[in-house]
Amino acid sequence: MPYSTDLDIRVTDSSLRDGSHAKQHQFTVEHVRSIVGALDDAGVPVIEVTHGDGLGGSSFNYGFSHTPEQELIKAAVQTAQRAKIAFLMLPGLGVQDDIREAAGNGASVCRIATHCTEADIAVQHFGLARDLGLETVGFLMMAHSRPPEVLAKQARIMADAGCQCVYVVDSAGALVMEQTSDRIAALVAELGDDAQVGFHGHENLGLGVANSVLAVRAGAQQIDGSTRRFGAGAGNTPVEAFVAVAEKLGIRTGIDTLKIIEAAENVVRPVMDGECLLDQLSLTMGYAGVYSSFLKHAGRQAAKYGVSGAEILLEAGRRKLVGGQEDQLIEIAVALAAKK
Amino acid sequence: MTKATAAIVGSGNIGTDLMYKLLRSDGIEPRWMIGIDPESPGLKRAAEEGLHAGAEGVDELLAQDERPDLVFEATSASVHKANAPKYAELGIQAVDLTPAALGPAVVPAVNLGEHLDAPNVSLITCGGQATIPVVHAVSRVTEVAYAEIVASVASPSAGPGTRANIDEFTITTSRGIETIGGAARGKAIIILNPAEPPMLMQDTVFCSIPADADREAIAASIHEVVGQVASYVPGYRLRAEPQFDDPSAVNGGLARVAVFLEVEGAGDFLPPYSGNLDIMTAAATKVGEGFAQRIASQRAAS
Repeated sequence: MPYSTDLDIRVTDSSLRDGSHAKQHQFTVEHVRSIVGALDDAGVPVIEVTHGDGLGGSSFNYGFSHTPEQELIKAAVQTAQRAKIAFLMLPGLGVQDDIREAAGNGASVCRIATHCTEADIAVQHFGLARDLGLETVGFLMMAHSRPPEVLAKQARIMADAGCQCVYVVDSAGALVMEQTSDRIAALVAELGDDAQVGFHGHENLGLGVANSVLAVRAGAQQIDGSTRRFGAGAGNTPVEAFVAVAEKLGIRTGIDTLKIIEAAENVVRPVMDGECLLDQLSLTMGYAGVYSSFLKHAGRQAAKYGVSGAEILLEAGRRKLVGGQEDQLIEIAVALAAKK
Repeated sequence: MTKATAAIVGSGNIGTDLMYKLLRSDGIEPRWMIGIDPESPGLKRAAEEGLHAGAEGVDELLAQDERPDLVFEATSASVHKANAPKYAELGIQAVDLTPAALGPAVVPAVNLGEHLDAPNVSLITCGGQATIPVVHAVSRVTEVAYAEIVASVASPSAGPGTRANIDEFTITTSRGIETIGGAARGKAIIILNPAEPPMLMQDTVFCSIPADADREAIAASIHEVVGQVASYVPGYRLRAEPQFDDPSAVNGGLARVAVFLEVEGAGDFLPPYSGNLDIMTAAATKVGEGFAQRIASQRAAS
């Protein structure tokens, strides 16, 4: 079923949220104005702006923001002519007052993320978001780690709490082809008309665009990406490449292909500290199923303690760490250094 | 010394685990276990251990001629709010294991002595019991403008009450980091991890410190306080030496110390991985023993 009469699917760009990881949370108001302006002009319908770890993420554990995220949200809302501004929040880190503040600053899409087995910690937050009149999206993170039927049950908890679209979130960039479409299909079957289904991909195995196309074919109506892959790990599904592929497949995204290609090169790339690369560390994450946001943290601890970043990530995979446990990477590095 | 008598209100997992700890106490005699379901396994276990097991709630307990000196509340925040005035009216001291936060917050290793006469004390949260002592250890040596804690707990040890109101954990714990820990500003984060086999409770404490702070003195203070907590929570320990960082942009321009803790439960009733629950029942026992001592010395004097 198409997303609307004009769009087959709706794309959300996360370069100003997931890209915050790659930027080590040093976004400025100017960065936000330039990227939102270009994406909005290209027709991107939703743009997400928050600290990489969501509202309240500015911290020792995840990295302090250069500019308070609520200031960035305000700047995005002021800049966008057509696009809706979204924000992310993770229960256990952000609180309900953070949602109220973001709504007061003009954001209109509330995206609430939990680990893919813990949806019930978000019930009160979905309820509040709906009460505030926000559109709601739910994120089941690290979706590669559980089978389709488990995800479908968790999606049901979110939908019953007021979530209007549940995303299969491949936080580790570890899903391979049919593993994506099987999960999307299970959620579509469970949710029916009660909520839409979305897919959020990463490039750690080089499959962001391919997995997203399979997700659409399995019934996903919303797709996440980041222009120029500006995101965690090897980056997110590149919006400009996905839009080009979608156009060739006759999937209507409402985004101008040439404009988004141009924006990726001339507006987003200059804000990035470097390209998001499919290098040893990020490929290790996809291979071992490790949360993409751990990348920069592992790199920093590897440098500080003189140990291998890949070994830190492999140990994080062995310990089955979930999103948010960045603190554990320090302790892993200390333990590896002691063994040397 | 005669023991102080105690009632445990709430016959669930926490109340049951607490019962086994109190049965070993030199200062407290657990005499009643109060629930609302006669079929509850906790009440059956209580009866097996020789306690009076009552399934009619607290009103039945309080109507008896013989009343407890102490009550341990292991129900829910809303139930405790309803019960607390009844205990207070009868002069029964209450140790509150729920997040109701009616009385002053107590962390035994930091401020138990200040509240021995309080009619009602709150044990904050499991994350607070595990981390506030470390914030205190740093703040008594140097200025802590900001402290942040990350509590990782095994999914099966986070009950429906915690899940339905997770903001209560972050907000109550943040406040405790400030008021008891001594940080000017506090932040708390909780992560639920579903790994199998379940992980032990792990807590990380980050404290900002002045760039020129005496790091050896900070580390020594942390070791001392960890030892104090371990005296009443045997499975409480450091996973690594305290780690220091110089100021950097990603750290908000702050120097910091990072402390890595782990809490293995005693396995009295709850499984050892649920150190988050064990530290609550262990702290409640420690607080109750403080109350009991006070009661005994008052009786001896009168």
